[in-house]
Amino acid sequence: MSEQMQHAGHEQAGQDHAEPGFFLKYCWSTDHKIIAMQYLFTGMLMAVIGGFLAYVFRMQLGFPNHSVPGFGLVTPGRYNAVVTMHGTIMIFWVAMPVLIAAFGNFLIPLMIGCDDMAFPRINRLSYQIFLLSAIVLLVSFAVKGGAFGGAWTAYPPLSSNGAYNLTPLGAVLWLLAVALEFVAFLLGGINFTVTVMNSRAPGMKMFDIPILIWMIVLATVIFMASAGPLIAGAVMLLFDQTLATGFYDPQRGGDPLLWQHLFWFFGHPEVYVVLLPAMGIVAEIIAVFARKKLFGYKSMLYSTWGVGILSFVVWAHHQFVAGIDPRMANVFTVTTLLISIPVAELVFLYIATLYGGSIRLDTPMLWALGFMAEFLIGGVTGIFLGSSGTDIYLHDTYFLVAHFHYTFVPIAIISVFAGITFWFPKMFGRMMNETLGKIHFWGTVIPFNVIFIPLFITGAAGDQRRIYSYAQFAEQSRPALQHLRTTSTIALLVMLAFQLIFIFNFFWSMWNGKRAGDNPWRSTTLEWTVPSPPPHGNFAELPTVYRGPYEYGLPGRADDYWPQNAPN
Amino acid sequence: MSATAKPIANTRSVTGIPTARLITWWVIASEIVIFGGLLTAYIMHRLGHPEWAASAAHTNTWAGAINTFVLLTSSLCAVLAHKAADAQDGPRAARLLRLTALGGVIFLAIKGFEWTTDIREGFVISSGGFWSYYYTLAGLHGLHVLAGAVIMLIVAADAAKNRELQRVECIGLYWHFVDIVWIFLFPLLYIAR
Repeated sequence: MSEQMQHAGHEQAGQDHAEPGFFLKYCWSTDHKIIAMQYLFTGMLMAVIGGFLAYVFRMQLGFPNHSVPGFGLVTPGRYNAVVTMHGTIMIFWVAMPVLIAAFGNFLIPLMIGCDDMAFPRINRLSYQIFLLSAIVLLVSFAVKGGAFGGAWTAYPPLSSNGAYNLTPLGAVLWLLAVALEFVAFLLGGINFTVTVMNSRAPGMKMFDIPILIWMIVLATVIFMASAGPLIAGAVMLLFDQTLATGFYDPQRGGDPLLWQHLFWFFGHPEVYVVLLPAMGIVAEIIAVFARKKLFGYKSMLYSTWGVGILSFVVWAHHQFVAGIDPRMANVFTVTTLLISIPVAELVFLYIATLYGGSIRLDTPMLWALGFMAEFLIGGVTGIFLGSSGTDIYLHDTYFLVAHFHYTFVPIAIISVFAGITFWFPKMFGRMMNETLGKIHFWGTVIPFNVIFIPLFITGAAGDQRRIYSYAQFAEQSRPALQHLRTTSTIALLVMLAFQLIFIFNFFWSMWNGKRAGDNPWRSTTLEWTVPSPPPHGNFAELPTVYRGPYEYGLPGRADDYWPQNAPN
Repeated sequence: MSATAKPIANTRSVTGIPTARLITWWVIASEIVIFGGLLTAYIMHRLGHPEWAASAAHTNTWAGAINTFVLLTSSLCAVLAHKAADAQDGPRAARLLRLTALGGVIFLAIKGFEWTTDIREGFVISSGGFWSYYYTLAGLHGLHVLAGAVIMLIVAADAAKNRELQRVECIGLYWHFVDIVWIFLFPLLYIAR
């Protein structure tokens, strides 16, 4: 019953139901799908900028003190700014908007079976504030002194004193941009949570909600509960920068560690804020491509709740060398190691889902499996950094950089590609090219490992991060490691080059891909019961839900899947 | 696409809690952690700096006490407005909401008088740890009072025409939250020695 006729020829690439003009439709719309596209394209544009910044500083590290094509000579100050902005952009303006806002906006109403978000105009406002925050951030590149150069963690006194970070204006704009971005995601996140709590289709009980939706909602709740202290901290830092207060200045009764506590009380849960939607995307995909019911739906949920709760009591593992009480370091070591249990449980459940499934290795599935393999490396190397003893040696080295890229690249890049290749047919009504997709997959994942495995080695050998040129510092020089640094840079160039294939595939398929039909992956969840792309209002008739979302591989049925909305 | 038409998503209520009330609670929850972070930072620092008590002694406890009374009284009006809205008496709810907003304005006026005195005596936001927290905490709270009063007047304008009466309860909830934050701020900033 879900297979409806394909759409007529004039309805191309999301351009259907176009009664209002271009501006009203694409820039002022309250339709959750349009807002999702706004977030997706803004996030992709910011990813290009973030990728360019990575290219700039990797070129400087691979080929020190040569002029970087397209940028120029990387001076120490510019190096700091470039590294800071790369981190900030990739986390706050790529991972967050794409994983949570774009996928959340597109999928929540479709997957829970309603016509839009509960508060569409708040949704629109959320994107507009987000866009403003991105503009403020980009403008900071152009102000006197340039973009903020105090690292994405913005530790005072480096961040609070313009004489230290050399970017007094950039620092203020950076804080404003981050604050605006938080406002945008609080508005959006509250809307998500309320919509999923209150607007589900009749019959969709708590445990009939697709795992991805659960994960997005839990992520937004974690975000809401953790962002507050950082907003408070950001106000204090702004006053330290502009009103000469001394919140973080020990000579005036303040405490620089306070910022670190407030920042990481947000910053560590933030890791799980972006991890959970990524895990959710992967869960949806492996169930579909293994043709098998997700193993342990409830265990998965309880593990996720466990992750969410524990994520609030691990933050000080970022501060083992910052002068915190060693007894506190012991406590945070234990909690940090504890949190790996529920995360490992999730991965085990995914593997159990794959076990005995009839696996199809289409592009989305490759990305999903790639996520599991790479994230595993990120998780295991985290054990060394979460233990206070080894962290004292490895802290702030490239070992740490390699570790968190082995978590964040699977989250913000690999799972996003998994999600885009999987839902592209629903978003634009056409299939992406499989061959190009597979070339892009291998062309991304292999260089990714070649970038970061050498960095584990240089980090363990003692390379500190945030050094613009190792040759300038006698104790950091280690010329024998230069070939590893250069290898990493060359691998990055290869990886970036392969992204052009994705960009081509994405835009080419949008107009020229094979028509997708309603349900190309033969999936059970509600978004596949509507036309691709879905019309305004989504469902011609709002669905009723009769069962859970993962009924695959059923023996007694003609089809091997049983859609959530099919009565029998 | 008319912006005022409500989607079906807005009219469903799977939890049994009206959507408007539900989102208000979530907004308040996200606000609690903002003030929570700031207050925790202040309390930790205050405990570590007994000498801040000397600065705290300069705050005008009477002004703070009067403001507490004003804010609590305005909250009573918000409750009565909710009651009127429940009885479908929009115009009465609107009158009471405007009275509540007036309470907010009086609160801000007293605050302005108080800060003027402080600044005249030379105590500005950069005068030391206590004053930094004093102005930041009270300032952030003041912004919430101002925002609440403005929103309340907008809600009142609709309520006067018997429209969107469910919003009367929501803005009331928010106002109580602002009130409760002040209940924490008053002893911590004015009374504690």
